[in-house]
Amino acid sequence: MGLQPFLVLSSALFCIGLFGVITRRNTIGILLGIELMLNSVNINLVAFSRFNGSVAGMVFTVFTISITVAEMALGLAIVILLFRVRRTAMADHLDLLKG
Amino acid sequence: MRTDPGTLALVSLLLPLASFFVLAIVAPFRRLGRPAAYFSVLCATGAFAAAVMAWLAQGESTIPTLHLWEWLPGQGKSLATVGVLVDPDSTVMLMLVTLVALLVQVYSLGYLHEEPPKGLGRYYTYQSLFAFSMMGLVLSPNLLQLFMCWELVGLCSYLLIGFWYPKPEAARAAVKAFWTTKLGDVGFLIGIVLLWRSAGTFDLTELHAMVQSSTLPLAGLSIITFCIYLGAAGKSAQFPFHVWLPDAMEGPTPVSALIHAATMVTAGVYLLHRTSWLFALTPDVLLIVAWVGAFTALLAAVLACVQDDIKRVLAYSTVSQLGYMMAAIGAGFSAAGFFHLLTHGLFKALLFLGAGAVIHAVGTNDISKMGGLARKMPITAIVFLIGTLSLAGIPFFGGYLSKEEILGAMWAGGLPGPFAVLMLVAFLTAFYMFRVVFLAFYGPSHVAASHGELVMTTPPDEGKIVHDQPGPHSSHLHDPPASMLLPLLTLAALAMFVGIYSTLIGPLLPAEAAEHAAPGWLTPSAVGVAVVGILLAWLTYQRRTINPESLASAFGPIRTAALAKFWVDDAFIFVYERVLLTFARVVGWTDRYIVDGVLNMVSAWTLTAGDDLRTIQTGKAQDYVYGVAVGVLALILWMKLS
Repeated sequence: MGLQPFLVLSSALFCIGLFGVITRRNTIGILLGIELMLNSVNINLVAFSRFNGSVAGMVFTVFTISITVAEMALGLAIVILLFRVRRTAMADHLDLLKG
Repeated sequence: MRTDPGTLALVSLLLPLASFFVLAIVAPFRRLGRPAAYFSVLCATGAFAAAVMAWLAQGESTIPTLHLWEWLPGQGKSLATVGVLVDPDSTVMLMLVTLVALLVQVYSLGYLHEEPPKGLGRYYTYQSLFAFSMMGLVLSPNLLQLFMCWELVGLCSYLLIGFWYPKPEAARAAVKAFWTTKLGDVGFLIGIVLLWRSAGTFDLTELHAMVQSSTLPLAGLSIITFCIYLGAAGKSAQFPFHVWLPDAMEGPTPVSALIHAATMVTAGVYLLHRTSWLFALTPDVLLIVAWVGAFTALLAAVLACVQDDIKRVLAYSTVSQLGYMMAAIGAGFSAAGFFHLLTHGLFKALLFLGAGAVIHAVGTNDISKMGGLARKMPITAIVFLIGTLSLAGIPFFGGYLSKEEILGAMWAGGLPGPFAVLMLVAFLTAFYMFRVVFLAFYGPSHVAASHGELVMTTPPDEGKIVHDQPGPHSSHLHDPPASMLLPLLTLAALAMFVGIYSTLIGPLLPAEAAEHAAPGWLTPSAVGVAVVGILLAWLTYQRRTINPESLASAFGPIRTAALAKFWVDDAFIFVYERVLLTFARVVGWTDRYIVDGVLNMVSAWTLTAGDDLRTIQTGKAQDYVYGVAVGVLALILWMKLS
């Protein structure tokens, strides 16, 4: 098996994640989309690491996973706070930046 | 040790300035009125004494004395200086200015005795400022200082014409005088700047040296001298700028005597005399000066014949005599013009002050409401007659030799046209002046009938300081008080002295020594023409052999035109109302709808565009992410394709 199927998989996963981020109304759904996109990056890194014979990609993946966990914890906390203040978690209701 | 004339002239110059500063700054003193007036007169006396001493110290020497201070420093040499330039011409002129200023200030003590103290203080403040500015102009060593003093005297003229400013005519006349002279002054300023660009200096002495060594670039010099002449024409009331001078008679009569007869209006003639070596290089401009001068003299003389206001007759006569002086300068004999300036300054001031005495006694300017005054005010009548004979150019009187010199200059200058015109003007001058004399001082009296009436017609609400002239202060006519009589007698004596001296011995001033070869028939014919004028006036207005009405109807169209002031004022009004205002409206429309329109359109477009663009700012984070994604995709595509 060559490198290409892995890259296709990671691209597909990235696009699915992006689609989720753009289309989901629920903020938690958006966070899930972000998670998918990050994981597609992880697949990319691991695949290149495996085929290039370098450990650097794997090390990066370990970092990414831990950072993702922290980011998720923060993101969920923000969503909960938002829900408390605005009584909603729908992304299209949060349009304070409207010009 | 011989006293330096420059220092004396400087003292003379600074005394009125000191008086002005004291009166202007120390307001409580100014509001006292009389003491302020005495202080101003004292300073003027000192100035006159210093001027006489400067003249004596200068003596026959033609070497100029210069006192200069740097004003605007420049590279190498200073850009502009201030100071005094004392030479025979400026000392004589300085004497005339200080003398007339002093006499007028003394005369005003009597003439304005009904003026409230505040007004009197204000009057003497202006008078001091005027004396300083005029002397600064006369002594000016360079054109820049001359221009500044030129504007200062213009300002003083404005302030003094409008001295009775609550009177609408006075305020209007002041503004008219100011703007009309400004019109010429713009030309003057342009001329000075152009001259500086071509010669690199404002200094009269340096310019003169350049002219003598022929290092002055001649290119464009005609334009320069013409521009300078414009300034002189505005100040000296040459056609078509003469319209302001008759209206300037709204000011107090002593002001008319000082500013609008003896000194300020002659500044233009003085300027041309000072720069005559410059004008000599541009004969074409000199020709214009001569013809315009002669034409002005004729026009004003004709106008003077139909006026009933004694001051207006004198005003037109001044315009006419200024035309004489200008014509002489145009003929290339500026010294003759300058000489006439001096004698004219004496006898015209005398005439104005005499007219002031009459107006003071009768309470009106209208000569048809006078008559028979010689019996009531004999001294005034005699001095007025002396002034009139001087103006007519009769031998043994002040204006005799100077007028002959101008006529001789015209002949010698090869200008027979202006010469003929000026001969005609000499006839008219004698006629209109003696018309005034016979109507006002002889014949039946018309005074009593109009006497009380004038006081009654003064509007009660503005009667306080809005008298047309100081009203009659007693029911019977008499010669004026001593403060007014003294200046009159002094001027009459001087006019007589100048006349007798110059008739018997020759020109009073060495500079005027016969520089022209007048033909022998000139003097008799000029005097003869004047005598014919006097005779005609006598026959018409005294003996009534010729009916004035039939004389008037004989000159029907000219008389109608003269009564309409030859439509010069109307021409100005037409130019202003039709041409200038129409142009202003067009420009205003262009500005409002085209210039402003483009700007408004651009700003409106910006607003609409902003309004339209804000709709893409949804405020939803997902839309922005969508935008970023599309953007990245576009970038990738662009990189792939290029």
